[in-house]
Amino acid sequence: MKRPFDIALAVAAGLLLAFILLPLLALFLRISPADLFGQLGSGVALDALLVSLKTSAIAHAVVLVVGTPAAYLVASRRFPGRAVVLTLIELPLVLPPAVAGIALLAAFGRSGLLGGTLNAVGVSIPFTQAAVVLAVVFVSSPFYVRLAIASFEAVDPALVEAARTLGAGPRRTFFRVALPLAAGGLSAASALAFARGLGEFGATIMFAGSLRGVTQTLPLAIYAQLDLDFDVALSLGAFLVLVSVAVLLAVKLLPSWTRFTSISLTPSAPSGSS
Amino acid sequence: MDALHLDLAHTLRSFRLELALDVDGVVGLAGPSGAGKSTVLRTIAGLVRPDARRIALGERAWFDADARVNVPPEQRSVGLVFQDYALFPHLTVAENVGFGAARTIQPLLARFGIESLAHLKPGELSGGERQRVALARALARDPGVLLLDEPLAALDAHTRARVRGELRGILAGLGIPALVVTHSFEDAAALTDRIGVLVDGRLVQVGTAAELVASPTTPFVADFTGANLLRGRARSASDGLTEVVLSDGTVIVSTDYLSGQVGAVIHPWEVGIARAMPLDSMQNHVQGAIESIVPVANRVRVRVGPLTAEITAESAARLDLAAGDEVVASFKASGTRLIPLS
Repeated sequence: MKRPFDIALAVAAGLLLAFILLPLLALFLRISPADLFGQLGSGVALDALLVSLKTSAIAHAVVLVVGTPAAYLVASRRFPGRAVVLTLIELPLVLPPAVAGIALLAAFGRSGLLGGTLNAVGVSIPFTQAAVVLAVVFVSSPFYVRLAIASFEAVDPALVEAARTLGAGPRRTFFRVALPLAAGGLSAASALAFARGLGEFGATIMFAGSLRGVTQTLPLAIYAQLDLDFDVALSLGAFLVLVSVAVLLAVKLLPSWTRFTSISLTPSAPSGSS
Repeated sequence: MDALHLDLAHTLRSFRLELALDVDGVVGLAGPSGAGKSTVLRTIAGLVRPDARRIALGERAWFDADARVNVPPEQRSVGLVFQDYALFPHLTVAENVGFGAARTIQPLLARFGIESLAHLKPGELSGGERQRVALARALARDPGVLLLDEPLAALDAHTRARVRGELRGILAGLGIPALVVTHSFEDAAALTDRIGVLVDGRLVQVGTAAELVASPTTPFVADFTGANLLRGRARSASDGLTEVVLSDGTVIVSTDYLSGQVGAVIHPWEVGIARAMPLDSMQNHVQGAIESIVPVANRVRVRVGPLTAEITAESAARLDLAAGDEVVASFKASGTRLIPLS
């Protein structure tokens, strides 16, 4: 016979699952699959899809190209102020997106910190696709960098040292040893950051606005269509749910495809001299 | 062959490492865990920067604190075999060996008998196979010095005995200085020509295995060295015993079964000393003049030919032993352990 406590636990878990599933189900029940893809072909949806794909791809490339070496540096070196650097990297995670948006305006806006300098060279960032990219990079980079640091830290230091004693300089050691061994974790981190970037709303709407075909990304289009055409908003929402589920599945499956268990950490090996 | 000159000073957590040692031939660095042995290897490889003094291979300085020289690891001509081998798990055996290879690796794979494993990943290999791959990988660079960190520690007892024999043959034929770190005196005695005993960061004694057993300078070395190791060739004898012909022609017997090149391991406290050939159950007798008598606490160590006996100070006084006296050292066949050395 079940104890009341077990029943209470089950009820709590059931409530939580129902609360997550109910809105998602409602999203798909309100619209037929045929309508879903039909609405995605509409002008607004297509424009938003293209803007989202383009800005997300560029932002993600920036995050990977800058974030990977930065993560390797933080993971493999001990330097003064490292804890501060780690905290700064994680700061955008907890920062409200609206704050991120206004902070980006304060930095790159027309009357912002760098606004004068940028104006002088004829560059204006706010309310352009560049602004969308900056907002997405700002918000999604910690998702990648944090996990990337953990992935590099998980690489057995003896393997890196072995590469050095075999004649590989720091660059070759990074590309031949550290990067392939961290690849599983880096892929998962990359997928999470991409999903976060794709869903970015708050910072984008403040810093880049919501101009159809220019800065109106999928989440912004959902918001814009809410009053105009609820079916389009529903279709875009359902589409983003599918993308999110795909990313999450990829993250869950990826590490098991690419992870290498380091054989130099066999539990049977006795610990030897220091 | 360029010798490796070590003159190190490096502060570790609980003690200071200070060591001067010239490595030519195969040298062992033995001592208890936590004595700083691995740190010595890491400073030679350039993975740890010592606080002071100098490391050089022949005339080429790798580290010189006064001259501000500190060559990065990849530019030091070093082959380092890590304790747990540190093979790259994402690369095949061939890619591992080829990682730092100076030229084609086929002959090396053949020499170590790992050609058939070339396409496998390290995770699919046994402990002994991993050890051979790690050794081949370290040698593929044509290093000027080979460093081995506890090369037998990651192996099970059975594999260990076989690999120890293989390794001795390989090290002896290398023609470059090799430094073998081990916490086992028996391994050091079997693998190397000369042993430095490192305790709390200091070399307490350097000598051949026989010298260390015969005349330990400290009680620690006496405890640590443990056994005599006599090298010889084994063949089966009558009564199911094994005869071992030592290099000086002396024949001893053991209850262990083994053939080929072996080491006979006899603990000093299993060896008795008599003025004349005793009439007792002991089967093994080595006759000769006493080369040295070294007191160790309330015992003395008496060296006769290749053998060291440990007897009480009282017995030594009763027998009135002195260096140069002709005596017989005796020990039991059942107290003579054989380990393979080929």
